[in-house]
Amino acid sequence: MSRLPDYYTIWHKAGHYGLRIMAGLVLVFLMMPILVIMPLSFNAEPFFTFTQGMLSLDPGAYSTRWYQEIVDDQKWRIAIRNSFLVGIAAASIATVLGTLAAVGLSSPFMPYKRVITALLLSPMIVPLIIIAAGMFFFYTQFNLVGTFTGLIIAHAALGVPFVIITVTATLSGFDRSLFIAGLSLGASPLKVFWDVVIPLIRPGVISGGLFAFVTSFDEVVLVLFLAGPEQRTIPRQMFSGLREQINPTILAVATLLVVLSATMLFVLEALRRRSARLRGQE
Amino acid sequence: MSDRVPSLNTEDAANARRQLRRRRTQAFLFVVPLLVFILFAFVAPITTMLFRSVHNPTVAELVPDTLAMLEDWEGETLPDPAVVTQMAIDMKRMAGNRTSGKFADEINRALPGMSSVIKSTARGLRRADDAELAANGAEMLLAENDRWAKPATWRAIRSAGQVYTSSYYLTAVDLEYDAEGEVVMRDTQIYKQLYTKTLKMALIITGLTILLGYPLAFYMSQASPATANFLMVFVLLPFWTSLLVRTTAWIALLQAGGVVNSTLIWAGLINEPIELLYNEFSTILAMTHILLPFMVLPLYAVMRGIDASFMRAAISMGSNPIGAWYKIYLPMSLPGLSAGALLVFIISVGYYITPALVGGTDGQMISNIIAFHMQVSNNWELAAALGSLLLILILVLYWLFDRFVGTDNLKLG
Repeated sequence: MSRLPDYYTIWHKAGHYGLRIMAGLVLVFLMMPILVIMPLSFNAEPFFTFTQGMLSLDPGAYSTRWYQEIVDDQKWRIAIRNSFLVGIAAASIATVLGTLAAVGLSSPFMPYKRVITALLLSPMIVPLIIIAAGMFFFYTQFNLVGTFTGLIIAHAALGVPFVIITVTATLSGFDRSLFIAGLSLGASPLKVFWDVVIPLIRPGVISGGLFAFVTSFDEVVLVLFLAGPEQRTIPRQMFSGLREQINPTILAVATLLVVLSATMLFVLEALRRRSARLRGQE
Repeated sequence: MSDRVPSLNTEDAANARRQLRRRRTQAFLFVVPLLVFILFAFVAPITTMLFRSVHNPTVAELVPDTLAMLEDWEGETLPDPAVVTQMAIDMKRMAGNRTSGKFADEINRALPGMSSVIKSTARGLRRADDAELAANGAEMLLAENDRWAKPATWRAIRSAGQVYTSSYYLTAVDLEYDAEGEVVMRDTQIYKQLYTKTLKMALIITGLTILLGYPLAFYMSQASPATANFLMVFVLLPFWTSLLVRTTAWIALLQAGGVVNSTLIWAGLINEPIELLYNEFSTILAMTHILLPFMVLPLYAVMRGIDASFMRAAISMGSNPIGAWYKIYLPMSLPGLSAGALLVFIISVGYYITPALVGGTDGQMISNIIAFHMQVSNNWELAAALGSLLLILILVLYWLFDRFVGTDNLKLG
C-alpha cells in the first residue's frame, strides 16, 4: 500500500488501518485452526493443548508417536489404501466421462444444452445427505451397498461436476477452427479429438481429475451410508474416531491431510497457469 | 462457390438440415455415456427417494388378507369377527417368521403405544393351535389385550396398510390425521421448529461470513497483485483442506482441555473450563470457518473488477468513506455479495457432518434428523419425506441463485 492521499482526515486514516487490522484478523481466523493442529500432532502427551514443555521448546515434549501409531494401526493402513483405491477409480470414471461430455456440451450444435448441463452439475448442488439417502434406497436393490463398486460409482457421480466445470472452462478458450482444420486435412473426428483437442485441454482435464479425486478423498457422508466395514476410508475412520474416542492420532492424520491439500493446491495453481499460457492469456 | 446470388433449393435445404442434424447428433453422442451414468448413479437414486416418501408397502405386504377384509368396514365399531380372526391368524404367522416387530413398528407410528401390544400378542399367539385359531381367533385376539377391542386400533392398521400415503409429509410438517381422518396439528411439534432453526442458523452463518469476508475481500482487492496473490493462499489453503480436518481442528481448539480453554485459564480470565463444544455456538463457529472461503472468492472476483478511483474520487470530493462505500462501492460489489451469500446459505442449509460432530444436542440441523431416521429409528419413509422437503428448498434457492447470479459464473479456486 502506498502513501495515503493528503485529503484523508484522521477518520479516513483510522478507517484505512481499521480495515487492515480487520482483514488480518480474518486471515488469522482462517489459518489458525489449521496451523494449531500441526504442532499439536507432535505432542508427546495425549493432550489437545500445548504442554509447558512444548511452549518452552523442550525436545522431550515433542514426539512422533502419533505418526508411528498411524503406521502401526492396521485400520489406518487399510483406510489409506481404500481411500486411494476409491479415489483413483472414481476420479478416472468421472474424468473420462466428464471430459467427453464437456466436449459435447461446448459444441454450438449441442441440443438441450441448458437442461443437460444443469442435470450433470446437480450432484454438486443437492445436499449430500439427500444423495446418500437416495443412493442407499436405490443401490440396495442392486446389492451395491457395502461394496467397492457402489462406493466408486457414488463418488464418481460427485466428481463429475468438477470435471465438467474445469474442462468446459479450458474449452471456452479453445479455437474450434483447429478442429475443422484437422478434419479438412483428412483426419477422422476421433483422431482430431485425440491428437489436437486432448493435448490442448490436458491441463483442464488433469485439474478436473484432481478435483474429482479430492472430492472422493474427503467425502464422508456417502461412505457413512453406503460403505460396509470393508470399505472404510480415511474420512470414515476419522469420523468414527471423532465420535467415539478422540485420540491425538487424528491430529497426525489431519496434519498429513493438510500437507496433501497444500501440495494439491500448488499443483492446481501450476496447471491453471499452464492452461492460461497455452491459451495465450499470459 | 458460385458467382450468382445463392439461393436455396429444396435439395440444398434438405442437405443443410441433414448436416445440422448430423452435427447435433455428433455433439450429443459425446454426452450420452455420462448422461447414462448420471441417470443411473444419481437421478434414479433421487427419484427413488422421492418415491419412497409416499410409498410404503410394508404393512400391505405383511397383512394383505386382513387389509382386504377391512376394506368394507365402516370404521365406527369393532370389525366383523371374521376380520379379527384373520388378524389373529396373521399375527401367528408374523410371530412365526419374525416379522411381528416390523409390523409393530409401523402400527406404532400411526398409533403410539401399539408396539408393546402387538409384540405381547405375537408372543401369546405364537404357539396357538391352527384349528382353534381358525375357529375362535377373534376371542383369542381380544383376550390378549383390550386395545384390540378399540376401533381406533383397526383404523390405525387400515391407514398404515395404504401403499401410497401422504402421512409422512404430514408428519414432516408436524401434522397428522386424527381419528376422523381430518388433518390436525400433532401434539409434539418437532420438524417445523427444526426447519426454522436450520434456516436461522444458515442465516447467522451467512451473516457472519459477510461480516468477515467483505472486509477481507475488499482489502485484498485494493492490495497490489503480488500481495493479493500471497493472501489468496491463506484463503485457498483452508478451502482445500478436508472439512473433517477443519472440524477436527475446532474440536481440538474448543475441547474442555483444548487450546482455547487452557489459554483462557492461563490468562486468568476463567477458573474452570467453559463449555465451548457440542452446542449451537460451536456448530456456527466451525461452519462459518468452513464456508468463509465460499464468500471471499466470489466477492474478491467481483471487487477486483471495480475501479478503486471511484471511491477515492468520492472521498476527495468530501464524502465520508461510509457514505461513499454505501452509495458507490456497495452497489457495484453487490453481484459478488449475493453470489457468496446465496452459495453459503445453500450449502449450510443442507450441512450434515459438522453439526453431527460438534453440534451436541442443540446444534443439530435438518440433515442430522434425516440421518437419524435413516440409521437409528429406521423410519426411512419419514427420512425420505424430510429429505424431499429439503430438496425442494434447495432447488428453490438454487433457482434464485441462477436467476440473480447465473450459474455460468461458478468458478473453482
